[in-house]
Amino acid sequence: MNLNSLKTGPDAYGKFGIHGGRFVAETLMPLILDVENAYEKAIKDQSFINDLDMYRRDYIGRPSPLYFAERLTEHFGGAKIYLKRDELNHTGAHKINNVIGQILLAKNMGKNKIIAETGAGQHGVATATACALFGFECEVFMGAKDIERQKSNVQRMQLLGAKINPVTSGTGTLKDAMNDALRYWVSNANTHFYIIGTAAGPHPYPKMVRDFQSIIGEEAKKQILEKENQLPNALVACIGGGSNALGLFHPFLDDEEVEIFGVEAAGKGLNSNLHAASLTAGSPGVLHGNRTYLLQDDDGQIIDAHSISAGLDYPGIGPEHSWLHDIGRIKYLSTTDEQSLDAFKLCSRLEGIIPALEPAHALHITGKLASERKGQIIIMNMCGRGDKDLSAVLPLIIKNDS
Amino acid sequence: MYTMDRIKKTFDKLYEENKKALGIFVTAGDPNFESSLKLITSLPDNGADFIEIGMPFSDPMADGPSIQLSSQRALKSGMNIKKCLSLIKIFREKNNHTPIILMGYYNPIYKFGKEKFISNCVELGVDALIVVDLPPEEDDELYFEAEKNNLSMIRLVTPTTDEKRLKKILLNATGFVYYVSITGITGTQAPNVKSVQANIKKIKKVTDLPIVIGFGIRSPAQAILMAEVSDGIVIGSAVVDLIRKTLDNEGNSNDEGFVACLELTKEISSAIQHN
Repeated sequence: MNLNSLKTGPDAYGKFGIHGGRFVAETLMPLILDVENAYEKAIKDQSFINDLDMYRRDYIGRPSPLYFAERLTEHFGGAKIYLKRDELNHTGAHKINNVIGQILLAKNMGKNKIIAETGAGQHGVATATACALFGFECEVFMGAKDIERQKSNVQRMQLLGAKINPVTSGTGTLKDAMNDALRYWVSNANTHFYIIGTAAGPHPYPKMVRDFQSIIGEEAKKQILEKENQLPNALVACIGGGSNALGLFHPFLDDEEVEIFGVEAAGKGLNSNLHAASLTAGSPGVLHGNRTYLLQDDDGQIIDAHSISAGLDYPGIGPEHSWLHDIGRIKYLSTTDEQSLDAFKLCSRLEGIIPALEPAHALHITGKLASERKGQIIIMNMCGRGDKDLSAVLPLIIKNDS
Repeated sequence: MYTMDRIKKTFDKLYEENKKALGIFVTAGDPNFESSLKLITSLPDNGADFIEIGMPFSDPMADGPSIQLSSQRALKSGMNIKKCLSLIKIFREKNNHTPIILMGYYNPIYKFGKEKFISNCVELGVDALIVVDLPPEEDDELYFEAEKNNLSMIRLVTPTTDEKRLKKILLNATGFVYYVSITGITGTQAPNVKSVQANIKKIKKVTDLPIVIGFGIRSPAQAILMAEVSDGIVIGSAVVDLIRKTLDNEGNSNDEGFVACLELTKEISSAIQHN
């Protein structure tokens, strides 16, 4: 192990500092050990790597472009802003990068029944898509409330042949969808593979999802060196569970000169109790198989998150982010619902790119940083496109305009 | 020293009498502090040999709908670890022989402070802990500290546990072994007797500890079958369902629910012929 590198985690126990681990019921323990063994074998297997490369290139459409956003740069009048265009991936977000990796692993393990949880529906759509491609059965767990606010994604999943299981337990949002997906997995332990959508959950998921998403940062590094002949001064990405952010950040962790910013959802404000900023306003705890920062009360009961963006509406965060927060390598900031709506509109008008509400959170911070950093270079992960958000966002924007 | 004795004494005595143990699971504070205290206090005289007290958690990942709802009722009534411990304190003032096993998820314990939690448990007469989301891989968290203080951490064995893992899990295990009779969450499927029997045989080869079966037993008929192949059984979802069914419109419990839970306890107790 290279002690001078921040990229070697997790340790053999799945820990990043005090975070991570394998906090699951005994019924699941043999399964996640199987997944870990299969994964470690697969990433050393050239035919697995070849398959992954082929699907990335020919199906997802990678590499995604690194685009110099000239008009946003002009608007903020400081640093040069580059957008890593992962919203151009097949299915419209970064989620597919991870799903293709995990479904290839499921196939290797001889499992052709897939479970997934979804909040905004992007991970559900990506999983339903991959299951259609591989001819696998697909069951998606989605909070009843999220089904209401993300109708178009629900229809897409159904068209792709997935079965949607509405989750009414708890508060009917992403955390409850994850609870029910885990419960379903416990009950179907021998036949099903659970494709977790973010870099969270029991080991090896945080590592595995990060590895599959790191293609984003690997490409971005190569692309910026080609375009600018230097590394960027700063990276920015939004964080719900944190997989798109880790994907961009991880290959740069050891490049000390690169400042890194993660953006949490501040909802209606950090003092409002209606936010999803688990690092900024939470404390360490154990949920969904890992220790990490959580929104919780003094008794250790989980508090519901709030964000206008269903993809950031989660009371936890991936354990590697919690560790990077503890050691101070990444600085975590936050953006409110309202600020994200302004950024959503700005990006649409200036660049002709309708961002998802999630990266709109990152764009707000990118703008602030850019305006203070003339002569510097910033890369932001445009991790998803905003089509899915239109029905929720348009009434709010029209209201604000009038 | 004397905390682990209650479990051993209870099982030794039953063994001598050729009887099987009946454990009843109740969530602390479901639907409120007073009602659950009254029920828990009355269980031993109605056939319960040991009591599992659930510490409610907002996200009970291994539980089916019955115990999920039970946890929500308890949380709504303001239950937390501190109150749960004070409930046990009151119970122990009247009963110093029935083993109490606290069952729950790790986060509330972690937030409460694990050292403080363990010393309180020992002081108040808790005999064992079952923490569902702490597999042996996470023994550093609580297991060693609990066992050091003679508080038993009950090991769970499931249908997915293979023989190699079984040895690892049961190395140095204390109290009893909890066999999860279904590949699933609490209260959702009926266990298959043949496969349970085969797995219990495998466990018996590795340990001399009593083996208790839980997770899927709801009816007296299932209880008989499961008790025959083990040293005891636990009933949980069926009990908390009775609490739910007898709540009034304001969500308060009444004597009807109290009586129904005790009737079920008695019925199962006599079904497994242990009275």
